[in-house]
Amino acid sequence: MRRAEPWRGLPLTLLLLWLVCYPLLLTFTEALGTPPTLRHFGELLRRRDEWLALWNSVWISAATVAISAAVGVPLAFLFQRLEFPGRRLLGALVALPVVLPPLVGVVAFLFLYGESGFLARAVQAATGSAEPPWRLAGPGAILLVHGYSMYVYFYLFTRAGLARLDAAYLEAAKGLGARGFRTTTRVALPLLSPALTGAALLTFMTSLASFSAPYIFGGNFRVMTTRIVASRLNGDVELAMVESLALAAAALAGLALMQRTGASRDVAGAVRGIAPGRKAIGRSGPLVTAAAAVLVLFLLLPHATLLLISFVPRGTWRAEALPPVLALSNYVALFSEPERLRPIANSLWMAAAATAAALALGFAAAWVSIARRSRWRAWLETLIAIPWALPGTVFAVALAAAFSRNAPWAGRFLLVGTPLLLPLAYLVRNLPLTGRAAFAGMRQLDPSLEEAAAALGASPARRLWRVTVPLLRPALAAGVSLAFITALGDFVVSILLYTYETRPISIEILSSLRLQETGIAAAYGVLLAALSGAVFFLWGGSAELGRAEASPPPG
Amino acid sequence: MSAPGGGGFLVLQDLGKSFGGAPVLRKFSLSVSEAEIVALLGPSGSGKTTALRLVAGFETPDEGRVFVAGEDLTPLPPERRRVGMVFQHYALFPHMTAGENVGFGLHPRTVPAPERRQRVAEALAAVDLAGFEDRKVTALSGGQQQRVALARAMAPRPKVLLLDEPLSNLDPSLREKTRRELRGAIQRAGITTLFVTHEQEEAFDLGDRVAVLHRGELEQVAAPEELYEAPRTLFVATFVGRASVLPGIWSPGDGGGGRVRLEEGPEWPAIAPDPLRAGSRVEAAFRPESFAVAVAPRDEFLPARVAARRYAGSTAYLTLALPSGREVEAVAPPGGMRTGDAVFVGLFPEGPAPRAYPAGPP
Repeated sequence: MRRAEPWRGLPLTLLLLWLVCYPLLLTFTEALGTPPTLRHFGELLRRRDEWLALWNSVWISAATVAISAAVGVPLAFLFQRLEFPGRRLLGALVALPVVLPPLVGVVAFLFLYGESGFLARAVQAATGSAEPPWRLAGPGAILLVHGYSMYVYFYLFTRAGLARLDAAYLEAAKGLGARGFRTTTRVALPLLSPALTGAALLTFMTSLASFSAPYIFGGNFRVMTTRIVASRLNGDVELAMVESLALAAAALAGLALMQRTGASRDVAGAVRGIAPGRKAIGRSGPLVTAAAAVLVLFLLLPHATLLLISFVPRGTWRAEALPPVLALSNYVALFSEPERLRPIANSLWMAAAATAAALALGFAAAWVSIARRSRWRAWLETLIAIPWALPGTVFAVALAAAFSRNAPWAGRFLLVGTPLLLPLAYLVRNLPLTGRAAFAGMRQLDPSLEEAAAALGASPARRLWRVTVPLLRPALAAGVSLAFITALGDFVVSILLYTYETRPISIEILSSLRLQETGIAAAYGVLLAALSGAVFFLWGGSAELGRAEASPPPG
Repeated sequence: MSAPGGGGFLVLQDLGKSFGGAPVLRKFSLSVSEAEIVALLGPSGSGKTTALRLVAGFETPDEGRVFVAGEDLTPLPPERRRVGMVFQHYALFPHMTAGENVGFGLHPRTVPAPERRQRVAEALAAVDLAGFEDRKVTALSGGQQQRVALARAMAPRPKVLLLDEPLSNLDPSLREKTRRELRGAIQRAGITTLFVTHEQEEAFDLGDRVAVLHRGELEQVAAPEELYEAPRTLFVATFVGRASVLPGIWSPGDGGGGRVRLEEGPEWPAIAPDPLRAGSRVEAAFRPESFAVAVAPRDEFLPARVAARRYAGSTAYLTLALPSGREVEAVAPPGGMRTGDAVFVGLFPEGPAPRAYPAGPP
């Protein structure tokens, strides 16, 4: 609109610098120690186990990308290109894991495939063996869990890409005599490369930051996130900081690498026509439906197991193949015992507060950048995106470092041990979700709409409230619902920053598991999944599925 | 600061604006009388939309001022200028109905609900859309959206109405009809109007006067007839209507008249809008009607060949290739000449006189 003053957007930039960059900077300087030395960095470089953990993080992530693509891409083609009865419902169910907090997926997996899980018990009951038939631990287990939970990214991105694909390209290939396979490999997949690169990037980053799976299934196999938490919980704060910086460097390197490949393979579509129609399957339709249903069942079996176990009262299921008693006692305990209700209330208020604040900041950044043409736009957009590129563990360590002492003149406040630190950490992690949604929505907004309102005499506040906000609502709703879900189910940040007073559901799930209260843990898990699903589907987040702007950050 | 003289209702005074160091508007001044409709005509990049946005307040001028009814609007934000605007793509709020769009400028604080409803109904009726209050704007046709946008801009009874390429979004078949309706609605409201277009026909049909802009500068502002018959600059001569340009040497006569010795050979009478030195190099602009075409040689006629012929019903436009390689366009009766024919071209005494302008640097 009118001429931008140089200071417009500056206070917000400074606030975000303080919130996002300052803790990282402090982490770096404090990792140097006093007096500043490179001792800890040198130690990290010398120690073989540190290198091994970093290498484990990287190769596990690369392998996760491969596995997830191998599962997700064919599924996307199946549900987007073929028409068969039940396609819509089954196709939506396949995407379900995207709304489940990572920890819930991991716990569900544990209950189904773990050594004392449903399947192992069945095998034990059938063979009469006293020993569990397998142990679910190490890199294989982590990859299995990762593949199970992250195929969704490839599935959603590829489906979205296929839906946007111009049918004219496929028709042209067919017109030139190419058959289905050649059309798919030579035309469709190359055209999908932006979507596939996006999915690979998200999967890689999520896997690199993954904590729940290696923490629960890793055993002696250490990746960087579990090492950081171990160092931190062992009291070796400086080492945890140095490790965080190493992981951050790996994440940024991966991001740069993928973005470079993504940019070089960007495919510009010249034609813009209609999306390709689905191929109807004649008589084999029911067969495909049945196969798809089995597939979906298989993919959702862990979550079904979680639901089942949530109804098993404590101490009633020992050696039987199936639980002998099913009751609501776990749920009753959750809602009747104040100490068990507490984590639910904590998660809800902290997620709500963090999301509201992240929405306010993200919206303000997008608004001042685009509608008010701030000169700080590039800064604001980068600052908003940084928490997405860095693993949650890194931010947790950084925030713990920054807010461990009271020095208001230096922008530091003692928040460790207070109920404020965890919501603040959720807020920082939520910024990319609300902020990127707001930026994307604002970019699509025709600036003449606001000008039209101004010409009609509407004050800046009225323009914002009556025109900008209502038009941005769908985009914002998507970002907000994902941000809320992410905060609600967070585990990776919480485990480093929680106090007994602020313990969230995820921490309570973990301690219930430690106390052998599997039914309670499962009931918490089901509650978390139900809340997440409800928020996601009721709040219109589903409309934005598969959009890079609205992808949940790694957990 | 008081309004400058001239008695204009809307006065643009020495407006200047640069973007990123590149000037898009230079010393632009224009005075529009009350209830007058003025078109800003120019090619893309001529600064016409910038001028409109400076009046609306969406851009701040680097220099110059905007006055409406003697009041200096320059320091005011858009919402306090009482200037109605119709956007090129209408900018109708997609989340509101047609009625809510039209009522948006009638603030609930200043206009009570019953009056608001009535004024919305009146505004819609004025554009022939009575009863369209509850329609979704996205469900309206292009022409209807255009009229809702007009109703919305007029409903708050602005002092000045601005239109940015108001018809460019419509089908050519719909344009003429919508143009008539637009003109009718504006004239009934008696509102001072400034509108931007790059189409001459639109400017001539809607505008009481037309201001021609070129590279950020005002070339001429005049009634359509004057603009066509007496263009002040070579740019106006060639941009407004069709014109062929031939170089020559000027010899002055009485008043603004004189003669041009064409490089092609003959010497023809011409009019110079600005005084020219004897012997100076000029460019002479000829309307197609300025020429006469003959099949036999005549005095002061040039030999030519018909390079192309465009049939236009009652007449035909001939592109004539001169021996120098230059081409001119002439109008002739539709019968007779064919492409490839050898002809002779000279000045048609009853046609518009050619106009001579100082030649740019060679």
